[in-house]
Amino acid sequence: MSKSNLTRRGLLKTSAIAGGGLMLPTYLRAAAHSGFTNAPTGDTVTLGFNVPQTGPYAEEGLDELRAQELAVEHLNGEGDGGMMSTFSSKALQGNGILGKKVTFVTGDTQTKSDAARASAKSMIEKDGAIMINGGSSSGVAIAVQGLCQEAGVIFMAGLTHSNDTTGKDKKANGFRHFFNGYMSGAALAPVLEKEYGKDRRAYHLTADYTWGWTQQESIAAATEAVGWQTVENVLTPLASTDFSSYIAPVLNSGADVLVLNHYGGNMVNSLSNAIEFDLLSKEVNGKNFEIVVPLYSELMAAGAGENVKGVIGSMNWNWQLTDEGSKAFTKSFGEKYGRPPSNSAHTCYVQTLLYADACERAGTFNPCGVAEALEGFEFDGLGNGPTLYRAEDHQCFKDVLVMKGKENPSNQYDTLEIVEVTPRAQVEYAPDHPMFAGGDLGECNPGA
Amino acid sequence: MDAIILQILNGLDKGSAYALIALGLTLIFGTLGVVNFAHGALFMIGAFCAVTLSKIFSLSYEVIDESQTDFLGNPLKVQTPYVEAWFGPETGAALIDWSVPLAILFSIPIMITIGFIMERGLIKHFYKRPHADQILVTFGLAIVLQEIIKYYYGANPIPTPAPDVFRGSYDFSAMLGFEPNSVIYPVWRLIYFAFSALIIGAVFAFLQFTTFGMVVRAGMADRETVGLLGINIDKRFTIMFGIAAAVAGLAGVMYAPINAPNYHMGMDFLVLSFVVVVVGGMGSLPGAVAAGFLLGILESFASTTWATTTIPGINQIIIYLVAIIILLTRPRGLMGKKGVMEE
Amino acid sequence: MLGLHKKDFNLLLIVVVLAMLAPFILNPFPENSGLAQFNAGYPDLMQKFVIFGIFAIGFNILFGLTGYLSFGHAAFLGIGSYSCVWMFKLLGYSVVPGILLSIVTSGIFAWLIGIISLRRSGIYFSILTLAFAQMSFALCYSVLSNPKFNLTNGETGLQVYNNDPQYFRGEGSPNVPHFFGMEMNATHKMELGGWLFQFNTGYYLCAVIMVLAFYLSIRIFRSPFGMMLRAIKSNNTRMNYTGLNARPYTLAAFVISGMYAGLAGGLLSAVDPLAGAERMQWTASGEVVLMTILGGAGTLIGPVLGSGLIKYFENIFSKINDNVLHSWFSFMPDGIEDLMVTLIHPFVGKGWHLTLGVLFMLIVIFLPGGLVEGGQRIKRLISGKKAADETEDEATQSTPAE
Repeated sequence: MSKSNLTRRGLLKTSAIAGGGLMLPTYLRAAAHSGFTNAPTGDTVTLGFNVPQTGPYAEEGLDELRAQELAVEHLNGEGDGGMMSTFSSKALQGNGILGKKVTFVTGDTQTKSDAARASAKSMIEKDGAIMINGGSSSGVAIAVQGLCQEAGVIFMAGLTHSNDTTGKDKKANGFRHFFNGYMSGAALAPVLEKEYGKDRRAYHLTADYTWGWTQQESIAAATEAVGWQTVENVLTPLASTDFSSYIAPVLNSGADVLVLNHYGGNMVNSLSNAIEFDLLSKEVNGKNFEIVVPLYSELMAAGAGENVKGVIGSMNWNWQLTDEGSKAFTKSFGEKYGRPPSNSAHTCYVQTLLYADACERAGTFNPCGVAEALEGFEFDGLGNGPTLYRAEDHQCFKDVLVMKGKENPSNQYDTLEIVEVTPRAQVEYAPDHPMFAGGDLGECNPGA
Repeated sequence: MDAIILQILNGLDKGSAYALIALGLTLIFGTLGVVNFAHGALFMIGAFCAVTLSKIFSLSYEVIDESQTDFLGNPLKVQTPYVEAWFGPETGAALIDWSVPLAILFSIPIMITIGFIMERGLIKHFYKRPHADQILVTFGLAIVLQEIIKYYYGANPIPTPAPDVFRGSYDFSAMLGFEPNSVIYPVWRLIYFAFSALIIGAVFAFLQFTTFGMVVRAGMADRETVGLLGINIDKRFTIMFGIAAAVAGLAGVMYAPINAPNYHMGMDFLVLSFVVVVVGGMGSLPGAVAAGFLLGILESFASTTWATTTIPGINQIIIYLVAIIILLTRPRGLMGKKGVMEE
Repeated sequence: MLGLHKKDFNLLLIVVVLAMLAPFILNPFPENSGLAQFNAGYPDLMQKFVIFGIFAIGFNILFGLTGYLSFGHAAFLGIGSYSCVWMFKLLGYSVVPGILLSIVTSGIFAWLIGIISLRRSGIYFSILTLAFAQMSFALCYSVLSNPKFNLTNGETGLQVYNNDPQYFRGEGSPNVPHFFGMEMNATHKMELGGWLFQFNTGYYLCAVIMVLAFYLSIRIFRSPFGMMLRAIKSNNTRMNYTGLNARPYTLAAFVISGMYAGLAGGLLSAVDPLAGAERMQWTASGEVVLMTILGGAGTLIGPVLGSGLIKYFENIFSKINDNVLHSWFSFMPDGIEDLMVTLIHPFVGKGWHLTLGVLFMLIVIFLPGGLVEGGQRIKRLISGKKAADETEDEATQSTPAE
């Protein structure tokens, strides 16, 4: 049995290697400071676009990516400039950001917290991204926001609608332009009251995770305030693809409105299943049965096909808006990609411009300077009317759209129509509102 | 009572999809001894046969209509499907409307061909390899297939509605003597159940009453002896693979109107259908079917409010819980045979 | 040396060298070159390499030796992660208690699940472990995260908040996970010519633990216990006839590999304090199976190679987008450039799964022994037929135990 001997020298050597491995980083650590993470040194600055490119939200992510590429073009002075000409702040020159040409790297969140953090980390650590933008799910947004806080870069959230993103889980380095569950509730309730009356009994199906709960809570509170009753709230597993067993009991429950607190594939399937059961043609309590989908997206409306007809929901923005900013963006996006931009594309585009503008106004890429420039920033011309980035929780306040599935769409993109533009004042809330309580922005972190 | 009937209906409906997929899996396992992880992908391809046919029927040419405008303010391009131009608007519209049922005919030859190619081109070389290798290579194939579909059809679900006459729901209440609207069920799902019962019946009848089926059953029981009798069992097994693929494909075609097909729908069903097969007993066809319906009904009942308030989360774990209990009490599943896959 | 045969010791030495010099080895291309795209030497990915290496090494102890194919190993990874983050939340940011607890809890869970699942073998065992893992996943994803009893924080993932108790957090100790004061996310960057090398504390901690885990796995492979496990794989029935009860041995192997998975999970949380439920999903369990088989099941080094390959694909290939492709081929005439981009496009970026799928199939079809077999074949080609027979049994085969 051949076996090499364990010699004293050999052991010393091995442990020296191991020990050296342990000591190395601490010894070298002192040299690592350079003001803030990934301070751009050359004549370019790198933005990181972290969107789902695979998995159930991939289409959404790709649309975000298109918008972000367009924003980069506009920042660098290529193309028609899009919303840069309608934006109320004129700090952006079309020569990149602070004179540095904008480049970008992309990552795939796969709509999984782990994968999203990994791709964000790789963009920060490997590609030197100075900020992270995008995403299409609240869980992912919260996870990446936490990461950016630790790493010391700015996070501009994409599509995230949970109250927690700027509530319980808010972070000093994270900013959200998109609206949230509370705002949906506040915007929807008056319209629902007007369309369907005060005396309604609602049955909620709710996706069983953070976003679903906060949205359900918000909608139930807002509709109960106008006199509705909440008959039942059923939590559905996020992984469900067939909702028939949850929808089958709805008619027996005495409810006359079905609220689907679902998003993405869940929403497409639960809505289609509800239509299969013919709920919309039924009469309960002497009233027509109605379906409400609090958070709409045009990509999902396309996925649900004809099923969205007559169904009410809310949106952050829609390409059919007629203000100058929206028109400019829709034109610029439509000409480049041959299709109107989605709600999430808009938010990511705007977030990129807002970030660039904040850098210009702050005169630095330092996250703390940028954050300061964004906090309390009032602007207009980006499609949502006068908007405020509130300093207390980094949430944007602006008008909210109430949408309805169109009865007679004239083309494949014309699936939804705007029922009402709910004014900003109606969806505002105090930063310490109970649905948003428990969070702590903390200190802005510029990183190493 | 009405609630119970509803959940039984619903369970039968869920169960029919499980049973059809599990049936195909068991056919492949029982005849060829191959664990086919690409079976979910076959189901998905079936659904995309329906999508493809409806897309083919909707292929259109553009006419520029100056009186209307598109979202950019340019003149609207009006799309007219070719089938409407060729066969007249009514026949054309009817063809588009009926594309899912027509896809059944369209999909059978496609699925059988895919099955043949898979078996001859790939699976054949894996008969003598360990099950782990079979799982891995078919899993790789499943990934490849679904990525190809994603490349051509995108990641979003594609709505593929059933014909107009089958939309809506049927009210059983009057028939059963309940209040109106207390037991309603979508028509297409009822059709799905009937369809799967038909397919299952046909497969069993084929195996039971034809000479071909008899030889295959003999081969399943003892491959070598049948071979020694001078029967070319391999060729028959290849045909069985084609049939199994067609069964999965048909399950997929008919499923398209229930949930808009997307590229990962196969993976969603894969794990579940394996649980179904194992619970039913590896290699047992009646077992697979029985387990499919059993788990479907249990899952349905576990989703009721009553069940989820009694045991939170029961709706998400019921299938696995039942699988564990059955495997511990009946080591080979409900109807499994001794010595299968236990080495 | 260290109680190892010469060959094994050399292998260990190679692993040590690779692990310690990884920041150099993985960054072979200068920062500004077009090939920098393929550099993998940044902290996050290097950490993933070694952590998933540990995971796969542990899985291999069960699967490679006993042949029991567990399809639910990700559950232990997840449990390890949650335990570690809970230690951060309750005690403070020192990683030591977190990692220790993650090994202990996953060991306990593995023991419980093992007793039940090991009552069956073959595919029945696989389905039982799969069922347990899927149940854990479903529960962690939603039920265990309800506001009244929030153990896992659901889809968002468990993370540390500023208002968590952290009872033992010392004054002035870092506000990020640390190992006796050394911050896990501290990175030293060294610029050398056009190259940029990154040395990260978290990586080196994981790398040292990985080397230890690897050493332990060699010892297990070469021990009488390891022999016994192999006997179970080759002929369980005969073992039973000789009067040996195999189950305690398989249970021990199951628990050990569960603890490896827990350790990996704990380390994942230590380098990035967030534990998400997706870590427990069946796809994650499937991933470790793929890593092990891809590298070469039953070989010592195989699982480490397999995990490295998959993580590399996941992180590097997925980031090659059309712009990058165009910049690569920009030297070609326009038509050919577009053609090349069109040809390669489906396989990179969002299509990286396709490449992975094709690669799996190729490896399983042509290299049933995984990458290790590939390496041996190349070696055989180079050194001629004779030498081959000697190298044959390098890792897998039954070298007599001491």
